Amino acid sequence: MRKLLTKEELCTGCGACEQTCSQTYFKENNREKSTIRITDNEGIKITVCSQCGSCIDICSANAIYRDKSGVVRIKKDLCVGCLACVGFCPEGAMFQHNELLEPIKCVACGNCVKQCPTAAIALEK
Amino acid sequence: MQKEQILQAHKLLGKFDYQLGSLERGYSDRTLYVNLSTNEIAEKPVSLETKEKFIGGRGYGLKLLWDGVSGTTKWNDPENELIIAPGPVCGITQYPGTGKSYVVGLSPLTQTVMDSNVGGYFGPLLKFSGWDALEIQGKAERDVVVVIDGNLGTVRIEEAPLEEINSHLLIEQLTEIYADTEEDKANISVITAGDAAEHTLIGLLNFSFYDKSRQAVRIKQAGRGGFGTVFRDKKIKGIVVKFLGVKGNLNHPADIGVLNKTGIKLHKEIATLDDSQNKMRKIGTTYLMKIMNDYDILPVRNFKYGSDPEAVNLSSDAFCKYFNLTGHDGCWYGCTLSCAKVIESFKLKTGPYLGTEVIVDAPEYETIAGVGSVCGIFDPEFVIECNFYCDTYGIDTISFGTLMGFIMESYESGVINEEVTGGLQLNFGNSSAALEVLHQMGQGVGFGKIAGLGVRRMKQFFVDNYGADPSFLNDIGMEAKGLEFSEYVSKESLAQQGGYGLTNKGPQHDEAWLIFMDMVNNQLPTFEDKAEALHYFPMFRTWFSLLGLCKLPWNDISPANNRTTDEPAKIPEHVQNYLDLYTGVTGKQIDVKEMIRQSEVVYNFQRVFNLRMGFGTREHDRIPYRAMGPVTVEEYESRAERYDQQLQQFLNIDPSEKNSEEKVQILRNYREDQYQQLVDSVYHRRGWNKQGIPTLETVQRLGIDFNDLVQLIQEKSE
Repeated sequence: MRKLLTKEELCTGCGACEQTCSQTYFKENNREKSTIRITDNEGIKITVCSQCGSCIDICSANAIYRDKSGVVRIKKDLCVGCLACVGFCPEGAMFQHNELLEPIKCVACGNCVKQCPTAAIALEK
Repeated sequence: MQKEQILQAHKLLGKFDYQLGSLERGYSDRTLYVNLSTNEIAEKPVSLETKEKFIGGRGYGLKLLWDGVSGTTKWNDPENELIIAPGPVCGITQYPGTGKSYVVGLSPLTQTVMDSNVGGYFGPLLKFSGWDALEIQGKAERDVVVVIDGNLGTVRIEEAPLEEINSHLLIEQLTEIYADTEEDKANISVITAGDAAEHTLIGLLNFSFYDKSRQAVRIKQAGRGGFGTVFRDKKIKGIVVKFLGVKGNLNHPADIGVLNKTGIKLHKEIATLDDSQNKMRKIGTTYLMKIMNDYDILPVRNFKYGSDPEAVNLSSDAFCKYFNLTGHDGCWYGCTLSCAKVIESFKLKTGPYLGTEVIVDAPEYETIAGVGSVCGIFDPEFVIECNFYCDTYGIDTISFGTLMGFIMESYESGVINEEVTGGLQLNFGNSSAALEVLHQMGQGVGFGKIAGLGVRRMKQFFVDNYGADPSFLNDIGMEAKGLEFSEYVSKESLAQQGGYGLTNKGPQHDEAWLIFMDMVNNQLPTFEDKAEALHYFPMFRTWFSLLGLCKLPWNDISPANNRTTDEPAKIPEHVQNYLDLYTGVTGKQIDVKEMIRQSEVVYNFQRVFNLRMGFGTREHDRIPYRAMGPVTVEEYESRAERYDQQLQQFLNIDPSEKNSEEKVQILRNYREDQYQQLVDSVYHRRGWNKQGIPTLETVQRLGIDFNDLVQLIQEKSE
């Protein structure tokens, strides 16, 4: 199953992953639009989707599905923006931005992995 | 029958093209008018005054109805209307419980104005199609469907001779007929009734939505007050709305960020706390069965008793094994509280669909208590069967259960016998006889026709035809204003007696449910405290009906710190959520005081509407003594310790010196006097005179001192 693996002890909190993610999907440097988030409250924490798929069951629009490589994805045209998946995500890794009508999540593209200077994130395939 | 064949038989009676438009801050500022006598279809603008005073939902329904009928209009006159109105917040997807619409019209049961709330997708899709309300007047000559296409901008009245009448079949047919593809079914919602709605006065309306996971059409019900009966009287088979493109911003809210933030906050609260609170996501409102039985407030055998050892057979454990959960069973997008449960396949044991496996909108608390414990039937499969047939025949499970309890007590006490019932032995507990009456209602035959008149008319019928004692029937017949009671025993809570009696539409707990505050927690010790609660809570709950909201996410889940707040019964954080949603959609900042004032405007308007129809005064706020205390010696003695203790405590009477008949009467005199004192206190708090009529000062303060309304108040006030 394709997903992002994290090693928080290696993370320096440089934010390169957040920049890369928002650049890749929204062409802007805005961590609020990144699907991976680094926080530093008494220790660094990396929040990113584990592809557990519990959001699939919560979606009443049937807009969330698991693709062939195991990645959980959102069909934007079906999503009605109820944000139930954001509230119910056990990892807190389904994100929402007020400029967007649908939530956003990591699809394990791996772009951030390439930019991480300390190998704190890796891609499992 | 094939879709093509059904459609070929349709005849277009009226068509209306309208300009699509977008909502602005929750409103389209226009309503859709359909007249089935003339086939006229028209657009009506909503005036700024109406918008400011009546807000939306029930408020709009009442205003349109007021303008559409006169004081002499009867429920089955062509000018009676059925109005379906969402509200300005209805249709947002971010917050649980925001898909409600409200039905308003004159009721066959109460003969006056009625309102009933309902989930399903119809209200939101009607709004997104461009309408703040749908107003239907007139009567068709033959069965019709009304079809609103919110993407094309068309409204059609079509004669529809071949479709089924009963809901479980008709919802599938109409969804199939009007969907272009399988996926398109999700964009359709229909309103239907059923065969028994035609033959009884307790008809309901089913509002559908398409469940993508189950690939099935599901329903929720506008149950109270007989709107299904009005619907079929107008020869409406179905109303269809179709709209593709639901998103979270279609209300064009003033600040979508507020909606997102507030919605996510409640989703998180439900995700983390529901399992340790009411478990609504898993068992729905069935959780109430155990609580009500434990506190002796579950109605048993026509409300004689408040608990029964057999009630365990109707507990949530008994029902949840029939439920099939998907994780998203709500009746509108984003309702993560998901009280609506589904039984995906239930094999029917009786009736015209015997042997068929059907999907059932699973029983809620009111249904389980109504058709179950009220009738002394403690069999979950009976409850499910009865629930299914009530829904598909289009009748209200609450009225059905409560009137069946009345019939069973009448039968057991000799008021009626087998000759009257056509051979049915309608003792408490006789589930097959109860189902037979239900099927007779569907066919419009036999004793079912008498039962379908509801408790109030049955009482008169038994007096007129069988020499029954009217005072006994008035004591045990659980109706007020002509509407059957919903399913709580209010004997030990004076505040709840007021919560049932001092309502606009009749004894339905959606105005006030104060039993715990009053009886269990003793938070309302004085008449003034009770009156304050009977002002605040009915007004607060009225507000849901103006905005298009569901009550359940207000207090069937509560924040972790709620108990430490000043007024836990009000759930202050959730009240603030609602104020935030209002501001987020409309852009207007309001506080709780203004929220209550908005409701008071509509509530008092509805009270005066009742007055206009010949009701709305003190004598119509009476409730049967069964709702206040023990009618019979049998009832008294079943809780003798409690009542004896009250005689000593409140009246300084030594119970050992009285026999049971005397004690019943003494307690009764005391409790009836208490109720009248409560009525005085509540009228005073609400700004009404001793007759229960809003004073001129009150209507002036609320800005509803319209000429006709003031004249009416002056005429009727002594």
